[in-house]
Formats: sequence, structure tokens, C-alpha cells
Amino acid sequence: MSIEVIKAGIADSIQDEGRFGFQHLGINPNGAMDLCAMKVANALVGNALNEAVVEMGFPASTFRFDKPALVALTGADFTPKLNGRNIPINQPVLVASGSELKFTKVKHSAWCYLAVHGGFGLTEWLGSYSTNKKANVGGVEGRFLKKGDRLSFRRQINNSAIKVFPWRANVTEFYEGSVPSQTNVRCIEGNEFDWLTKKSQKDFLKRSFIISRQSDRMGYRLEGTALKQSKKQELLSTAVSFGTIQVLPNGELIALMADHQTTGGYPRVAQVIAADRSRLVQCSPAEKISFSFVDIEEAEDLLLKQEQSLSRLQYACKLMLKEYLVFL
Amino acid sequence: MSIYPVSENAVTIYFGNELDIGLNHRVFSLYNYLRRQPDSFWVDLIPAYGSLTVVYDLNKIRTISHLAFEWIRRRLEDAITRCDDAVVGAARKLSIPVCYDPVFGLDLKLLSKSKKLSIDQVIELHTAQTYRVFMLGFLPGFAYMAIVDEKIATPRLPSPRKHVPAGSVGIAGNQTGIYPLDSPGGWNIIGRTPVKLFDSHNENPVLFQPGDEVKFYSVSKEEFDSFNQKSFTLLAS
Repeated sequence: MSIEVIKAGIADSIQDEGRFGFQHLGINPNGAMDLCAMKVANALVGNALNEAVVEMGFPASTFRFDKPALVALTGADFTPKLNGRNIPINQPVLVASGSELKFTKVKHSAWCYLAVHGGFGLTEWLGSYSTNKKANVGGVEGRFLKKGDRLSFRRQINNSAIKVFPWRANVTEFYEGSVPSQTNVRCIEGNEFDWLTKKSQKDFLKRSFIISRQSDRMGYRLEGTALKQSKKQELLSTAVSFGTIQVLPNGELIALMADHQTTGGYPRVAQVIAADRSRLVQCSPAEKISFSFVDIEEAEDLLLKQEQSLSRLQYACKLMLKEYLVFL
Repeated sequence: MSIYPVSENAVTIYFGNELDIGLNHRVFSLYNYLRRQPDSFWVDLIPAYGSLTVVYDLNKIRTISHLAFEWIRRRLEDAITRCDDAVVGAARKLSIPVCYDPVFGLDLKLLSKSKKLSIDQVIELHTAQTYRVFMLGFLPGFAYMAIVDEKIATPRLPSPRKHVPAGSVGIAGNQTGIYPLDSPGGWNIIGRTPVKLFDSHNENPVLFQPGDEVKFYSVSKEEFDSFNQKSFTLLAS
């Protein structure tokens, strides 16, 4: 009752919402890069939104199912093929035993998620399944997936044919942001924003920045106009967060991602609002982005709105799946 | 003192930007006070040198107040006036064996030379002090300890090592710390402890806690090799 990795990807790991409550011990939260996509995948297969999923970068792993399963792929579109046939993302798919799932080409975005109905049979560490690569714990032995790994299913279903369900999750609102078609990422002002010179403050908001190839689950480096500090003060480490944008001594920016350290000591220029995090995370290297500021009140409202949409989606998916699940 | 939002679900209470025991006591009196609150409105409390960050569940707070940040801020301002600076709680005291043999203390020779001290004097100065765990960060279980005697305080290496073995004891500025896991790192390595600082199989995976008081004692290479983790764990708990 499992899927097997028959060819390894480059950065595929097990993730959920993350591990909280241990940051005072230096244990970072980890968790999915695109939390919206992770939750949409779970909603589509009738899971709790926080169920552990497989997160994939490109090139992604190739999997073989040794038992039937109800799955969903969300986030990035890596042109998934099931037994050589294209299958859509953001739609639930019934998979037959013996099927092979392969990802062939990047159509858009950076991180793809695979959820399976009932979830994967894994061992929790400190309340979360997320992979912590530094401590080699969580997920599958605390590492990226490799050839030969088997992920078991917690729930068995009966099914003998591949079937794509006829409904699709509408995810545009999770990636649209303030200006559709332009990748503008909204932030709240960082505590040290005014350490920048007046010109650099303007540059941060007016110029665009390019996601560097040196980007991973720890941080996205942003190339562009180097920002200057008027205040050259040493900053003692304080807690940082997923989405914190720090300015390095050379003027380069780095946006901290899901595998960020718990604390950091570089000046914080901005904090990407949680509602725009999926949008930023799904940008690929060489993509251009720009920043704007909103206040904390708006940031809170936008995040709550997003979470309400996810809950509504989860409810709708449950209703749609209900009549099918009795036959599985 | 100031309180500012870090994100939609975290705020920082900032007391100051100095590595100072008095300042860190203020962080800890608030940290301990909040940990004792019966309604755990927080999901993470992250103490640092001069600040405390409170991570919370936005959904939960928004059912109480229409702006979570304001509610948290008022709650924390109230907590600051209520928590008693004097009641920091008794710190745990830990004695940690360190082997300063040159096979482990990769930078010990250079440090002693640049400080015009003998190796024994460096070891003596490093083991004389009782250090406070001001905070943990960087890696799971990495404790930032201070304050190192200024006679052996040394800036970080000009370029970090690609691989520092777990247990390595280092100095960076007036801080000392131990790498709990194999990792890249830029601290001056002066020895190694046989003690396991991080063990994912343990119920408490991390040995150090913020606020601990730590003293090092020098052990020989033989003692290092015959170190018994089990009996140490029993003594430490």
C-alpha cells in the first residue's frame, strides 16, 4: 500500500504546515514552501488541510503506485503524466495500481505538491512530519526523497481505472496579489527599514528585483540595485520569520524561506505578508518581482480571507467527494 | 523598550541591542512569566539577547479582537508591568567536559599566539568563567553563551569552515558556543565536548535551555574517548 520513488528528483521532501513550539531551542519550523498549494492538495483529496504531502522541485521524482490511490497535484505545473497520459493539476485523480507518475516539463511555478487521500504513513517528530534536513529528522529520515523510498498510504481504497474527477480548485486568488499579471509582493515595513538611506528606501519600492539561481528552501536571494545603509550598526540576533527580507552587508537582499534559521542578525527591510508568500515562493529563478507596503491590519485581513477561502474549498471538496468515496 | 510586528503572527518585544546580563534578565523574566500563563495565547516564545519574540495563532486571536497585533501588544505591555524582574527563576547549572587537545582545538594554537598567552592560559580562562545561555539559534540546540573573558575574545574566522564537527567548542567575539551538529561555521574552534547536545530520539532533543548557566572543565583525550553519555544524561537531568 504505497508509492515508490523509482527515480529521485533534486529537492523532494515531506512537508506539512511546519513544526512550532520549539524555536526557543533553535529548532526551526520547516514546513511547505507554498502553504496554500499544500492545503489545496489536501482539500482536493478530502484530507485535513495540514496533512503531510510530498513537496517537489524540478526535476521531480518519478513514482510508481503499487496500490490504487486518490491523489491531487497542486502548485507548480510540471506537466504531470500518469502512464504517459497528461493529467491536470488542481483536480482530484483516481490512480490505478501499477501506474507510473512522471513530471516532464515546467509549465509554470517552482514547487509542486502531491497529496494522497488518507495521508502517508510516516512518523511524527515534535508534532510535525516536516523534513528537517539540518537535524536529519522528520519526513523520510530527515532528507530529500531518494530512489527506492516507499511512502505507505494510511487508507486503502478500491479502484481499478485511472479517472480524473470533473471539478477543479480555482486557485487564482492565492497567487493574484494586488496587481494581477505583475509579480508585486506586498510587505509590512521591516523594523530596520529606516536604516536604509532615503534613496535605497525608494529603490526598494520602485525598482524590481530578480530571483537569483542561488535560491533554495532556506532563502531566495534577490538580485538588483544594491541597497545602502545610512546606519552601520551591528545588530544582535533576534527571531526572524518565513518571509523576512534582510539586507546583507554587500547590499544584496535575501528573503528567508521555510527552512530559515530561528534567529538572524541582518537588518530587516521588510516582511512579506503571509497572504503573498505563495506568490513569492512560486517565482522561479530569473523571474522579476517588485515590492510594496501595506499595514499590519491589512496584512491580517488578507491572510484571514485566504484562510477562509481554503476552508470553503475544503468544505466544497468534501461535499463533491462524498458520493464517490462510498464506492472506493 | 519597543514592541513591533514581525509578521501577521509574531511580535517582538525589544529591550535593547547590547550583550548584557541585566538586559537579558528582563527578557527572561518576561519569557518565564509568559510560559506560566494559563491561557497559552502563544505558540512559540523565542528569547534572544535583548528581545523576546512571541509567535501566536492569528485565527485564535482574531476571534477575540479585530486586530490581533493590537490585542497582543496590550497583552504584552500588561505582562511587562506584571512580571517581576527579580523572579527569573533558578537557572539550571551544567558542567560540560571539553577536550582542548590540538586534534580538536583547530584554532587554539593561533588564538594563543595572537593573544600572547600559553595554551594552558587560554584553557584556564575559558574554564574559569560561568557562562549564561543567552539564547539558542543558528542550528537546533546551538546555545549562544557569554560572556567570554576579553583576553580570549576573538572575532569570527575571515571565511567560515565548510565542515565543523558536532561537539566543537568555539569562540566568536565575546561569545562561546558548541556546534550540536556537523555544520559549516566560522567560530574559532578551541576544543570538543563528548557530550551529545542534540539527540532527535530523546524526549528532550536539546540539552541546553535558554537561561542555563554553563561551566566547562578540561578533560584529556583518554577521558574524552571513554566518556559515558548515559551517566552524563542522568546527572544532567
